[in-house]
Amino acid sequence: MISKRYAGVAGLALVGALALTSCAANETAAEPAASGRTGGESLSGDLVGAGASSQGSAQEAWIAAFQGANPDVTVTYDPSGSGAGREAFLEGGVNFAGSDRAFNDEELAEGGWASCAPDTDIVELPLYISPIAVIFNVEGVDSLNMDAATIAGIFAGTITNWNDPAIAALNEGTTLPDLAITPVHRSDDSGTTENFTEYLGAVAPDVWTYEADGVWPIEGGEAAQGTTGLVDAVSGGNGTIGYADASRAGDLGTVAVKVGEEFVSYSPEAASAIVDASPRAEGRAEGDIAIEIDRTSEEAGVYPIVLVSYLIGCQEYQDAEVGSLVKAYFSYLASEEGQDESASSAGSAPISSDLRTDVEAAIELIK
Amino acid sequence: MAVSTTAGNALTTGRLPRMAPWAILLACWLVVAGVYALFAMSGTLQDFSLVGTLFFGTVLYIAIIYVISLSVEGRRQAVDRLITALVFGAFLVALLPLVSLVSTVLANGLARFDLDFFTMSQRNIVGAGGGALHAIVGTLEITAVATLISVPIGLLTAVYLVEYGRGQIARWITFLVDVMTGIPSIVAGLFAYAVFAIVFGPGVRMGFAGSVALSVLMIPVVVRACEEMLKLVPNELREAAFALGVPKWLTILKVVLPTSAAGITTGVMLSIARVIGETAPLLLVAGFTQSMNYDLFDGRMQSLPVFVFTSYANQGTDGDAYLARAWTGALTLILIVMALNLIARLIARFFSPKTGR
Amino acid sequence: MATAAAPIRAKQRPGDRIFSGSALAAGSIILILLAAVAIFLIAQGIPGVLAQAGDTVILGEKNFWQYVAPLAFGTLWAAALALLMATPLSIGIALFISHYAPRRLAQTLGYIIDLLAAVPSVVFGLWGGLVLAPLVRPAYAWLAENASWFPLFSGQASATGRTILTAAIVLAVMILPIMTAICREVFLQTPRLHEEAALALGSTRWEMIRMAVLPFGRAGIISAAMLGLGRALGETMAVAMVLSPAAVISFIVIGSTNPNTIAANIALSFPEAFGTGVNVLIATGLVLFVVTFAVNAVARWVINRRKEFSGAN
Repeated sequence: MISKRYAGVAGLALVGALALTSCAANETAAEPAASGRTGGESLSGDLVGAGASSQGSAQEAWIAAFQGANPDVTVTYDPSGSGAGREAFLEGGVNFAGSDRAFNDEELAEGGWASCAPDTDIVELPLYISPIAVIFNVEGVDSLNMDAATIAGIFAGTITNWNDPAIAALNEGTTLPDLAITPVHRSDDSGTTENFTEYLGAVAPDVWTYEADGVWPIEGGEAAQGTTGLVDAVSGGNGTIGYADASRAGDLGTVAVKVGEEFVSYSPEAASAIVDASPRAEGRAEGDIAIEIDRTSEEAGVYPIVLVSYLIGCQEYQDAEVGSLVKAYFSYLASEEGQDESASSAGSAPISSDLRTDVEAAIELIK
Repeated sequence: MAVSTTAGNALTTGRLPRMAPWAILLACWLVVAGVYALFAMSGTLQDFSLVGTLFFGTVLYIAIIYVISLSVEGRRQAVDRLITALVFGAFLVALLPLVSLVSTVLANGLARFDLDFFTMSQRNIVGAGGGALHAIVGTLEITAVATLISVPIGLLTAVYLVEYGRGQIARWITFLVDVMTGIPSIVAGLFAYAVFAIVFGPGVRMGFAGSVALSVLMIPVVVRACEEMLKLVPNELREAAFALGVPKWLTILKVVLPTSAAGITTGVMLSIARVIGETAPLLLVAGFTQSMNYDLFDGRMQSLPVFVFTSYANQGTDGDAYLARAWTGALTLILIVMALNLIARLIARFFSPKTGR
Repeated sequence: MATAAAPIRAKQRPGDRIFSGSALAAGSIILILLAAVAIFLIAQGIPGVLAQAGDTVILGEKNFWQYVAPLAFGTLWAAALALLMATPLSIGIALFISHYAPRRLAQTLGYIIDLLAAVPSVVFGLWGGLVLAPLVRPAYAWLAENASWFPLFSGQASATGRTILTAAIVLAVMILPIMTAICREVFLQTPRLHEEAALALGSTRWEMIRMAVLPFGRAGIISAAMLGLGRALGETMAVAMVLSPAAVISFIVIGSTNPNTIAANIALSFPEAFGTGVNVLIATGLVLFVVTFAVNAVARWVINRRKEFSGAN
């Protein structure tokens, strides 16, 4: 009996071993004629990044294209969250980080980047620009006009019904139902919330008296985890409103935001326009491009609710090979092809050519 | 003639006919269906609800059978009928979420349950397509190693507690196993991360760390299950073995363990089921990758739960493709555990001594 | 007996020594492992417990205890609701399988319930958020309209159905198979003679169960409830994916403002936490630890008190 039992186990192990030694069909040996985008020498090695989940789907597309061109390179991006990404980069756990905000001045002064050569600076590149859409689910309504004060009123809980005069006044000709508004916010700490609350606080300071924060400042109310959870909650509810990465708005109704005297719907062009119209943070090292978005800008055609997500790397890596990999990868991300790739697969806004010139100069610093 | 009629009455009077409960149940369903239909026709309700009919019909049945039985059969029989109806009802209620869940997973998961899903990884895949071979391999390796660590430790500890454990040490171990059951999965992940970070430096991610984290969660469950089963082995069996002069260790090996083998296997399988779907610790220590990785000791390793979670949480613009992969991943995970369960049942059936039932 | 001649000591065989030695070693590994976890948790948690208002983004304007109180409440509340639903159900199902269902069917039915245990928590999360929440929304709206006199149902109903009651239902479904499996095993172990004796005395089936099966299985039921509670308290992903959380203490089960649980909060906040924030989260994990342990200790005490009545001596 015992020998039979062992035979069974051995058989199982054999089958398991056979299954394990098989290889993924899409990972067979690389085609020899990889297009030489990176010039003469071919790159190889592992590159590991972690950080903002907002960049997740863009990174997926970038990595696929980059690995396609450089078959011996494996890039991994762990969308674990901005905070985790910055922490991991600081400790040297990853080669580069994605983050929804740049390191602040205190963190920069403290320094101590574990994977960088001692006493060197870092590069921070705003390579992922994404409009944040205000989405809602009201039957029969596809689009609404709102100004910042109305949006702030809804999310602060002072406007509680869809047929409120404040909304009706901005949307003549649209029939609004007598339905309670349920604002949905993110329950986790997120860059989307931070940018959204920053916008509300900057443009409607009388209504929105809270500080910009990655954690939703008001206690109570409907909350959901992550962009997906929020979109699910908004589309699953009735009379719900929320804010999410524009690429995920799908069939939900979206809000056109009042800028100056016009109402602007989100679009990639309008989102990259606001980045160009905004000043850079001052007192930063060369190659550290942090942008302070001017939410109150009244220029024509800008969409002020955007999320700018950074790629963060060292100026000088302890391991020169990693440096050249990061440099090649970042160069690809900053290129027109790279930006188009993320625009088509993640709905982000391509950076303008002015910004690209600066970013390319910063990438030149990496070694 | 008269005598025999009385004798027959003594057995049948005061009892409901055999098929009466079924007839009453059917009648209740029909009545509720009729009420629903009336409501639907009068426009109070939008549509006819089958779940509602079955539910309220059953509730009505529970009430009616009690009243009827009370008047015909007396209180004791009525309570018995009531409990019988409730017990059947409990089982049906438990089936509802199962049916809903399985049908949802099947309906959404079958779309991508194709050859690609089992032969491809996600490397260089954007949007639709791709597969989860890397995640399946990762899950199997990580869980297998976790089981290899946990079962011997857990089983031996249970043996110690039940057969040898006397005094302080046993009391402490019991106490600490209790404490361990309370470790939140994410804390187990944090712990494994901290330990491996000390050895391998910060930012370490490897499959083996995931196995260790899962073991921390699995060991107390295994100990508990095995302990419970070993305790159920009648002392008479042990005493009989001792009386025949069998040494204690052989008694345990040849009498106690085989007797409880079925229960222990069930316990082990349940504990595997408990950890194989664990997401949080693996997210933390085994990481996330799109490519194949067979090496437990080097680099990030994808696992199925993490695959399901990330496919759901980090959907790209083409959200449906990601969701479809998430559901298929879920389906695969369920199938793997079911297969394990089945194997366990077969082992239990063939290798355990026959009991009364 | 005890006062008889000196007990005869059994001969110590090498096999015995090796076997008991390895069993003890396994037990000791648990001691060491747990000590390591505890040391790690306490060392990492202390800075979190000591953190004051404003020290870290996570705490905001509160100190640690104000931060953790609603979370601890939410954890206990959700688990209690889940247990309230799952305990009678699991006893019913276990009885159904062990004593009511046709014997030929029983094993298959038991296997069907075990299937629920095969479903990973991520899938329960998916199902709870995408299927169950929209399904129960009308029921909550109805309750809010017609049963608002009952304190738990007062206030406005959630527009998404992602309330603590929904989370508790998901938790109840999740702990059902484990509780059922243990209850069933114990019920099946009821001495056949006890059952037959009860039946022979003319009891109905329920009276037999009440007099023979339930007293025998009481310790098993409590231990099942304990395991279920342990899982419900520590469940992370399913709650995180279903619940619409807030930092409040509220008994209302159908509104949109629900207390979060400790485990779900750790999972939600961990990715963005850094510095002292991580310590705060680990300290909340420590609180969960203590809560779970207290629950377990009480349950264990109850079982030990009842030990003399159970059949397995």
